Amino acid sequence: MEIFQIVLFIFLIVCAISVSFSRNLLNSIIIFMSYSLIMSIIWILLESPDLAITEAAVGAGITSILFFVTLKKIHAIVAINEDKEDKHVNRKGGGK
Amino acid sequence: MSRLLSEEEYRKTKAFKIRRWYRGEKDPYLGKVEMKPQKPFTEDIKTQKQRIHDEAILRRNIYDIEHNKKLQIFSKFYKVVSIVFVFTLIAILLYVVSYLPPVGNAANPDNNEVASKYIEDGMKDTGAVNIVTGMILDYRAFDTLGESNVLFIATCTVLILLRVDNRSKKKEEEENDRLYEPKNDIILQKVAFFLVPMIIIFGIYVILNGHLSPGGGFSGGAIIGSGLILYVNAFGFKKIERFFTQKTYKWICFVALLFYCLAKTYSFYCGAHHLETGIPLGTPGDILSSGLILPLNICVGMVVACTMYAFYAMFRKGGF
Repeated sequence: MEIFQIVLFIFLIVCAISVSFSRNLLNSIIIFMSYSLIMSIIWILLESPDLAITEAAVGAGITSILFFVTLKKIHAIVAINEDKEDKHVNRKGGGK
Repeated sequence: MSRLLSEEEYRKTKAFKIRRWYRGEKDPYLGKVEMKPQKPFTEDIKTQKQRIHDEAILRRNIYDIEHNKKLQIFSKFYKVVSIVFVFTLIAILLYVVSYLPPVGNAANPDNNEVASKYIEDGMKDTGAVNIVTGMILDYRAFDTLGESNVLFIATCTVLILLRVDNRSKKKEEEENDRLYEPKNDIILQKVAFFLVPMIIIFGIYVILNGHLSPGGGFSGGAIIGSGLILYVNAFGFKKIERFFTQKTYKWICFVALLFYCLAKTYSFYCGAHHLETGIPLGTPGDILSSGLILPLNICVGMVVACTMYAFYAMFRKGGF
């Protein structure tokens, strides 16, 4: 069980670091989702199932969905496929 | 409305003026402030050219990074300072952590009589098998009331920020409701058809068994809310509006919060002298036990579920 916990903790740290280094916002949200799932398993191992249920429902479910919707609302998901220069031009045009 | 004074005389009294001011029938600035229509913005060609020229120079100075020495130095300086700042912060935090008492030490300040009282007398006082729920909804019920109100206020804030106020636009958007939904996705609809009832029943189970098993109002409400969001994603807003509209949300939140307030704040208004509720605690382990905890759990669960769905609906559509 100790080894299992250590593996989970390492995965947690990797997730936390890769969220901030991921360039694609969509990817970072999905990594954040997996972070929440692992966190809920760790809550169970720490003998607090109350928190585990809440973390799974709120952290992995609703928060990520709200992030997705926000990205869609600010048109960040569409802009991913475009080139960098295109984005630059768009931003300039939009700013005026 | 019957009045002793005649209409003419009533118009001269102060009561009439106050009433008129309160109803906003009279604009106090109207006729007293000089009003002019705003001049249209005109610009002759010379200044316009000058402005465009200035903007071009400015843009060249900003975006031409390779020839801008100051900007290069600044960006390098910025990077170095941010790294130094982050590492200093990490060092300070780790240094402080080394002063924290070790985990599980019996002499730690958190192992005081409060915790032992909760663990020893929790079941006897509250009748809840799940000590956590007993603590949240009985000993610390006032905190939970604050949390529910915070959720409600958060919804109000999101409503202020994201509401689509334009009536005509809203009507147009409602006519093609599918704008916001994926096209009739058969896989999603079939999966949702089987999953949504199960998710919602599981959420209800978690809420109703909050005092017996892990879970409670907040987690169960979040589960129901995610079920509702899945339903909306699969079938669209038109279907969910058959049973859940803004009016439903308003009434559910209002009734739940009001019941919570009336049920729990009496002891705080009366000085919190451990007043008797008069509701029997029942045998621990039964579903109808532990006094007020079950109805309070239901209240919190309804508020949370509605809030989660409301957030989604407002982000998606700017309304319900």
